[in-house]
Amino acid sequence: MRLDSLKPLSLACAVAAGTLVTSVQAAEEYKLGLVTFLSGAASGPFGIPAKNAADLVIDAINDGTLPAPISGKGIDGRQIKPIYVDEAGGATKQTAEYRNLVDREGVDSIVGYISSGDCLAIPPVAEELKTLTVLFDCGTPRVFEEGDYKYVFRSHSTASMDNIAAARYINETVDSLKSISGINQNYSWGHDSWRDFTETLKVLRSGDIEITTEQFPKLFAGQYGAEISALMVKPADVVHTSFWGGDTDALVLQAAARGLLEDNQMIFTAGETALNSLGEHLPDGVIIGARGPFGPFAPESELNTWFQSEFTKRFGTPPTYPAYHMAQAVIGLKLAYDKAGADATTEQVIDAFEYMEFEGPGGKVSMNRGKGHQAATEMVYGRLTRSNGEIGFTDVRRYAADCVNPPEGAITEEWIKAGMPGAKCD
Amino acid sequence: MTQLLAIIIDGVVYASWLFIIAAGLTLIYGVMRILNMAHGSFYAIGAYAGAGMVGWYFSTGSVPWLSFAVLIGAALIAGLFIGLLIERGLLRFMYGRNEVVMILVTYAILLILEDAIKLIWGVEPYFAYQPYSLLGRTKLAGLSFANYDFMLIVVSTLIGLALWYGLNRTRNGKLLRVVIHDREIAQALGINVSRIFTITFLIGAGLGALAGALTAPGLSVVPGIGIEVIVLAFAVVVIGGLGSVSGALVGALIVGLARAAAVHLYPEVELFVIYAVMGLVLAIRPQGLFAVASARKI
Repeated sequence: MRLDSLKPLSLACAVAAGTLVTSVQAAEEYKLGLVTFLSGAASGPFGIPAKNAADLVIDAINDGTLPAPISGKGIDGRQIKPIYVDEAGGATKQTAEYRNLVDREGVDSIVGYISSGDCLAIPPVAEELKTLTVLFDCGTPRVFEEGDYKYVFRSHSTASMDNIAAARYINETVDSLKSISGINQNYSWGHDSWRDFTETLKVLRSGDIEITTEQFPKLFAGQYGAEISALMVKPADVVHTSFWGGDTDALVLQAAARGLLEDNQMIFTAGETALNSLGEHLPDGVIIGARGPFGPFAPESELNTWFQSEFTKRFGTPPTYPAYHMAQAVIGLKLAYDKAGADATTEQVIDAFEYMEFEGPGGKVSMNRGKGHQAATEMVYGRLTRSNGEIGFTDVRRYAADCVNPPEGAITEEWIKAGMPGAKCD
Repeated sequence: MTQLLAIIIDGVVYASWLFIIAAGLTLIYGVMRILNMAHGSFYAIGAYAGAGMVGWYFSTGSVPWLSFAVLIGAALIAGLFIGLLIERGLLRFMYGRNEVVMILVTYAILLILEDAIKLIWGVEPYFAYQPYSLLGRTKLAGLSFANYDFMLIVVSTLIGLALWYGLNRTRNGKLLRVVIHDREIAQALGINVSRIFTITFLIGAGLGALAGALTAPGLSVVPGIGIEVIVLAFAVVVIGGLGSVSGALVGALIVGLARAAAVHLYPEVELFVIYAVMGLVLAIRPQGLFAVASARKI
């Protein structure tokens, strides 16, 4: 046989062998689509910390080094292969990207979405493509209040929790509270946050609360001089803000330079992300929230200690709440697979995930809202204080999940206006 | 009374900030007939360069007051460098093209620079807050104002005066005005239009970068920072009249005062009022307040 005639045969064997190796590798991999902001204004404070958390937790799951009781390597015995997609670009682009992840990349499931707009757009597509999807950071309560989804889960509480708890906190801790004012971003997040906060206060105080001014600057406006003046011209006992990310940073810097933070009691419902970078500008007494029991408010546990120390060691900065949210979502997904057992179908994993309770780095997560698809956690607020220059918190109050989250089947706004029936706050 | 004072001060401070951004944009359009979408990138590059260098400067423990020079110097160097690169490396090959084509070209530059910024500075926020608090604050009628914001009024006034003097009282300014009026006649008279274009683009890029640097101390510098301001800057120059520096000044004042009044009196229309003013001006004077209507060449 001539050497030349062997070439096509060799080539065919090589291709066949390569295909075999590839398919074996593919079978051993668990392809996880991860969607988070990798560009744009939300990437720095949210998207990248979340990606870092995903990298850290996925590596630990693949190596089997997550603290007990989480055990086993990978998901369903398969090594997780993350496939990242940039969330920037809006809901239309994201639905196309979602289809790409499922149809072209062949992902087993998807964890993602910070923007509430994306969280409302993705679930119908997830249902159509029958792909297990865990929403990891968005706040809108409308996802499961207006929809009923089989393949979609959300592993953290809605933003309503932040603002109901904020209202309870100031009602309990601010002496002779008479008036409030607010500065919130001019889109659904800001308006919903302000509505939940003010409506809860009205219920708690039987309407005895005055709103001096409510400011709604554009998202990412960056310049808040006029709004700060307006808050000063019409002072209130408490100033509420649900600003997040870079807008929080800008507000803190500009308000601190003008003395607003010293002269007024402010509550930042999502202010925890500013602690590491701008803590020195926040005066003692300012009230801080972390959209759940995260960061400085995370309960002590082996998992939290591991997460805090490994994250800080690897990325040079402590994890903020978007990182906790991502870790919670990926861990929840793994635990649902573990609970479903080896070689479980997607439907079996969904059955396992529904109404599951698990321990994340931020403590107990109960998937007991939205027909078992929406998580509820406790919420924590505290007042910033300093000891030897180190930031700490005083007057820390923890609100049980059933105290600050609407019960199963309730519409948040209606539940608050009805006087929050069934809330268990003891 | 306190509210009126607050509206005036807030409005003028905001107008100063807007004018510094819009001056470069309108200057480039006036001379080169390029509606420069990449102006937002110059702003972002100035903010990143200034914030990065100020952060480094304070880490060395040097004299705090010199940080202002570092902030402005770093931004100007970065802005002039990138401006020169874009003008000499790309735009000069496209002069004379349709204005719409130039919008698309500069939009492409904006997208490229957005990614370049991420490659150079990453996506983590940068802070340069020290200069903002360094100047302290002043109390007027019971309200505290950051002295840094008053400094913005001074800087924008100086920029306005420098541009007015440069355009109206210097030989180069007169040459530039000739180019503004008629590029072909200017060329026929022996004026080096290409050189004037380069200088104009550099001044515009420098002003954009300077605006970014002066803004950086009051916020965290993050990706996308330049996109947010470019729409506002366009509103200002459209109100004032494309290509008119004095128009940009008046446009900035109108937008600044209208926005401040809305924030204090009717916060719910804060965003709407800017574009309502723009719509009103365009309905009455489609060419803007200060632009001279000209017959279209056929």
